[in-house]
Amino acid sequence: MYNFDFVSPGSVADAVSALQAEEAQALGGGQTLLPTMKQRLAQPSTLVSLSGLSEMLGVSSDGGVMTIGGATTHATVAAEAGAYPALAGLASHIGDPAVRNRGTLGGSLANNDPAACYPSAVLGSGATVVTNAREIAADDYFQGMFTTALEEGEIITAVKFPIPEKGNYQKFLQPASRFALVGVFVAKYADGVRVAVTGASEDGVHRWSEAEAALSANFSAAALDGLSVSADGMITDLHGTDAYRAHLVKVMTGRAVAAAA
Amino acid sequence: MNKVSMTVNGRTVSADVEGRTLLSSLLRDDLHLTGTHVGCDTSQCGACVVHVDGKAVKACTMLAAEADGADVKTIEGMANADGSLGVIQQAFRDYHGLQCGFCTPGMVMSAAALLEENPKPSEAEVRDYLEGNICRCTGYHNIVKAILAASGQQVEAVAAE
Ligand SMILES: Cc1cc2nc3c(=O)[nH]c(=O)nc-3n(C[C@H](O)[C@H](O)[C@H](O)COP(=O)(O)OP(=O)(O)OC[C@H]3O[C@@H](n4cnc5c(N)ncnc54)[C@H](O)[C@@H]3O)c2cc1C
Ligand code: FES
Ligand code: FES
Repeated sequence: MYNFDFVSPGSVADAVSALQAEEAQALGGGQTLLPTMKQRLAQPSTLVSLSGLSEMLGVSSDGGVMTIGGATTHATVAAEAGAYPALAGLASHIGDPAVRNRGTLGGSLANNDPAACYPSAVLGSGATVVTNAREIAADDYFQGMFTTALEEGEIITAVKFPIPEKGNYQKFLQPASRFALVGVFVAKYADGVRVAVTGASEDGVHRWSEAEAALSANFSAAALDGLSVSADGMITDLHGTDAYRAHLVKVMTGRAVAAAA
Repeated sequence: MNKVSMTVNGRTVSADVEGRTLLSSLLRDDLHLTGTHVGCDTSQCGACVVHVDGKAVKACTMLAAEADGADVKTIEGMANADGSLGVIQQAFRDYHGLQCGFCTPGMVMSAAALLEENPKPSEAEVRDYLEGNICRCTGYHNIVKAILAASGQQVEAVAAE
């Protein structure tokens, strides 16, 4: 990897100003960025470390909303997000223990890998992404694979998740990478059900609105019986075809509904 | 250059490192602690697992500068004070949990982190925890047996998968 300056700011405000430097980039847990830099697919001249910023750490719940700091690791969410079991369960199956001890919520969302787990929880919960500058609704945040509403140098400081009555995440593991071949997050709220799909589409994480309507009327796996998912725009790669992924979307949605707690 | 200092296996060390210096490079190249192996350097294999402030991390996927002020433990810190093998190491030896030994430092460090969190894991929990530790030789059964034995449990019943 090419060399860079490493800076470790003491506050979010200092991090924001350090990120104004030419070709500066934020460093979360480094579990995506460092491998990318080793491949020379990213070559920042300065890395601004966010991992020590106490303002961006921790899990808390208040009035039915769980707030998680942007620099909180997957392991901490798995251990401390018990008030939102579907979310804790999702975090506990990201990668492996060592990845979970470093990787962060903010890093995963900023990256928006089309096969990543967290984007489906954020979209499926209708969560709010909080940055140093503003609050962004999940429906506006995700803009296609590896693309988000974040501006240059903007930092995800926290995410606010409304806690559903019931929810579940089902991940069909791609065994080599441990990412989702297809993952589906289902959340049932008083005013309706949200279904978010990751791993499947060339447009990245997205909602499956037909399933949302069917499940809002009848929250059971049987409600999906008459639905089908089109293979158009689904990913085809050596791990699975577009038709296979389309099929899995329905299967994993059904499993998530059946397992929802 | 960044000036870093940390404790490694209880000893205070300091060094000048470049931004890009990985924790694995600091350990191996500067501190000559070559027990931490680099199998892939792409965050996949787990041979480089060490503990940073008590947590298992991949030393090839963490900057040395990020470990400034941390308490780091490597495989060299796992033996008993008199130099004899620690409990987990001895169990790997007794149960033939290694062949070429390349993955072993990472396996032992992951096992130690697991037993710290969960002193009596089930076989399934051991296998689950080792998801990020790849072994090309053993087929894992004897590694799982060694870890169950190190936790003080019966190992006879470990099923072939
Ligand atoms: C072996 C392995 C298996 C994995 N398996 C899975 C899996 O199953 N599911 C899954 O979802 N992920 C998986 N991952 C990815 C992992 O979850 C990463 O931790 C995550 O995608 C990136 O988070 P990070 O904190 O490491 O970010 P980094 O790698 O530090 O950064 C990633 C990007 O986000 C930016 N960034 C970081 N933090 C912020 C912030 N707070 N605000 C704004 N921008 C920020 C960085 O500038 C960079 O562009 C895996 C990774 C590995 C190595
Ligand atoms: S060398 Fe670090 S994970 Fe393989
Ligand atoms: S013993 Fe050879 S790689 Fe595990």
